[in-house]
Amino acid sequence: MKHVLEPYDITRESEMLAPLDYNRRSRLKDTDRIYPAEIINVIRLTEMEKLFQVRIIDDTDRERFTFLPGQFVMLEVPGYGEVPISISSSLSHKGFIELCIRRVGLVTNVLHKTKRGSKVGIRGPFGTHFPMDKMRGNNILLIAGGLGLAPLRAPIFHVIENRSYYKDVYILYGAKETNLLLFNYQYEEWERIADINLRVIAEEGDANWTGEIGLITDLLDDIQVDPGSTSAIVCGPPVMFKFVCSRLTEMGIPMHRMFVSLERRMHCGMGKCCRCNIGSTYTCLDGPVFDYWSVLNLKEAI
Amino acid sequence: MLFRTVLKEEFNRLIDIFLSSHEVIAPKRIDVDRDGKPVHQFLPVSSIDEIDLGYETTEYSAKTYFLPFKETLSSFCYEDGDWEQEIKYRLMPRFLVGLHPCDINALLKLDKVLARDYFPSPYYISRRKNTFIVGIDHEPCEGGFCRAVGADTVTHGFDLFLTDLGDRYFVAINSDRGYNALNRVQCREVTEQDNQDYLHARAQIAQGHKDLPIHNLPNLMDIEFESPVWDQWGAKCLGCGSCAQVCPTCYCYGVKEDVSMDHTRSEKKKILYSCCIKDFAEVAGGHNFRPDRATRLKYRYYHQHRGFAESYESPMCVGCNRCGRACLAGINPPDIIRDLQEEGTV
Ligand SMILES: Cc1cc2nc3c(=O)[nH]c(=O)nc-3n(C[C@H](O)[C@H](O)[C@H](O)COP(=O)(O)OP(=O)(O)OC[C@H]3O[C@@H](n4cnc5c(N)ncnc54)[C@H](O)[C@@H]3O)c2cc1C
Ligand code: SF4
Ligand code: SF4
Ligand code: FES
Repeated sequence: MKHVLEPYDITRESEMLAPLDYNRRSRLKDTDRIYPAEIINVIRLTEMEKLFQVRIIDDTDRERFTFLPGQFVMLEVPGYGEVPISISSSLSHKGFIELCIRRVGLVTNVLHKTKRGSKVGIRGPFGTHFPMDKMRGNNILLIAGGLGLAPLRAPIFHVIENRSYYKDVYILYGAKETNLLLFNYQYEEWERIADINLRVIAEEGDANWTGEIGLITDLLDDIQVDPGSTSAIVCGPPVMFKFVCSRLTEMGIPMHRMFVSLERRMHCGMGKCCRCNIGSTYTCLDGPVFDYWSVLNLKEAI
Repeated sequence: MLFRTVLKEEFNRLIDIFLSSHEVIAPKRIDVDRDGKPVHQFLPVSSIDEIDLGYETTEYSAKTYFLPFKETLSSFCYEDGDWEQEIKYRLMPRFLVGLHPCDINALLKLDKVLARDYFPSPYYISRRKNTFIVGIDHEPCEGGFCRAVGADTVTHGFDLFLTDLGDRYFVAINSDRGYNALNRVQCREVTEQDNQDYLHARAQIAQGHKDLPIHNLPNLMDIEFESPVWDQWGAKCLGCGSCAQVCPTCYCYGVKEDVSMDHTRSEKKKILYSCCIKDFAEVAGGHNFRPDRATRLKYRYYHQHRGFAESYESPMCVGCNRCGRACLAGINPPDIIRDLQEEGTV
């Protein structure tokens, strides 16, 4: 006689679940499957940050991997752990993605010691994105503090590659010290080729610094835009985006057209570990990109 | 839903059939506490005599059979600077006998997070679908408030559900495998008398429930976000995380990777965590989004009663009060909710 209970083998399950928005796909049995990837280049940016160019090894997987500006991946270093990192490159780049990583703990320090050719893994992309389409026809303010320039690069590249969609574009970037400025080799290109108003400010200058000195909010004092047709993306630590967003509100820009990216501890990226939860909101699913009005409504968000 | 009645001897024979081919997990009496009350736990059993279906509650919930304390998510093997990933799911079917309605409701809540949303968890679904569930009605347990949170009855989420009618069980059948299993032993169609006895038994149980005034709790949680109630209770919390370990609905976890001694393999494990533990929301560089105990305790309640209710229409908590019994500091939901409620009416 047959057993009362037959085993259910989930690995035989092949159904593709209903397609998910924001490019997030999930085949039931593949949620933890990692794409093997290779670090093809490591570029030192500052004492603390390096830029990693990472290529998914399998041709089909690499071809299929698409993302939107503001999304992140879980980067796995087998044996050490997994960390959420924003994708810091252009959408149109099919060969590899760029990840700008600050060394702060176990996994990020190991990554800083790895060399070209090391094998890591990628899951994703995860999370919400900056709605670049909805910003069409607007002036764009791209505002970053410190490491915030890393997640901001994806929208910057998007604006550059679709320059005619947007009116006046500003990049406002602030750092504590001048030697902490990221991606300074790209500034000239952004300004001259893409016709972007780039303003960089440092809290403390040094002997060679000829630029502005002060806080990121100072840069907003003399910016003249029509608030009715302006969108803003603000990336940086909570204190920074709080001040910046209040200034933008004073300027008359509506909160639902200001976008920020929140950071929380994450262990899964899939709304399962609950570590990124803010009340009822998973930062990894409903965020990391939120409009500022939603952020104000999240208890304990800032 | 189909209903049958089955004599208790026949039901015992069914358990024997389960035992002959599969693992059976059931409430087992393991000890007595300092007041002489029996202590039960859901454990694998090897004979019908080890099962005590008259148990009041268990110390730990049956969650551990769906979300084990430690579970390997994937393993990596290394060779020549490269690695390969291996993922395994638990496939062995088993029986879980004697779940109370609150615990079945708890599984239904977990389903909402782990089986239906974005990124359904294959680890959980595999265990869930491979578990045959036999539920049972019971007299309300001491301190429980399942009725107040609407978790005292179930209509789905099980294969068979028993209500004790003295010499026989009234059985609700909720799956074809439940139907087929029950047909292995003698059972019969329900009679008018069975129906009446069943309704009487249900009414009896309903009467036993204590009322906990829970009105508009999600809203209250919002309004009382700054309430001193949280500081008072938070000051007692030890941040030990026991409440989440025993809770049938808490599912959060952390991840750890262990490398073998010879550096050829590693295992990525998830380990159940608790939002009351200090570093729950701490990020690299030392910033902690919930640095003090009161904020963390508040967050646990806020998520259970407001956040989850907002996403899924009902609170996550099923009112079993296991957390209240496990807490060395005497922190328990009925008292906290009562305090908040009073605060709200001042
Ligand atoms: C959506 C998102 C995008 C991010 N993008 C970038 C980026 O582009 N560049 C960059 O340098 N950093 C980024 N971070 C922060 C980065 O994830 C942490 O610095 C990193 O996880 C630290 O890991 P660790 O193992 O070195 O530190 P440890 O302190 O050893 O951390 C242990 C574990 O805790 C978790 N954790 C610790 N800190 C954080 C944190 N700040 N955020 C999330 N999880 C954390 C991780 O799971 C990590 O594996 C991002 C974080 C989020 C949430
Ligand atoms: S509420 Fe009680 S059981 Fe939970 S962490 Fe605090 S002391 Fe521990
Ligand atoms: S929070 Fe407490 S009472 Fe509610 S389900 Fe969890 S253990 Fe039971
Ligand atoms: S990172 Fe695990 S729930 Fe968001």
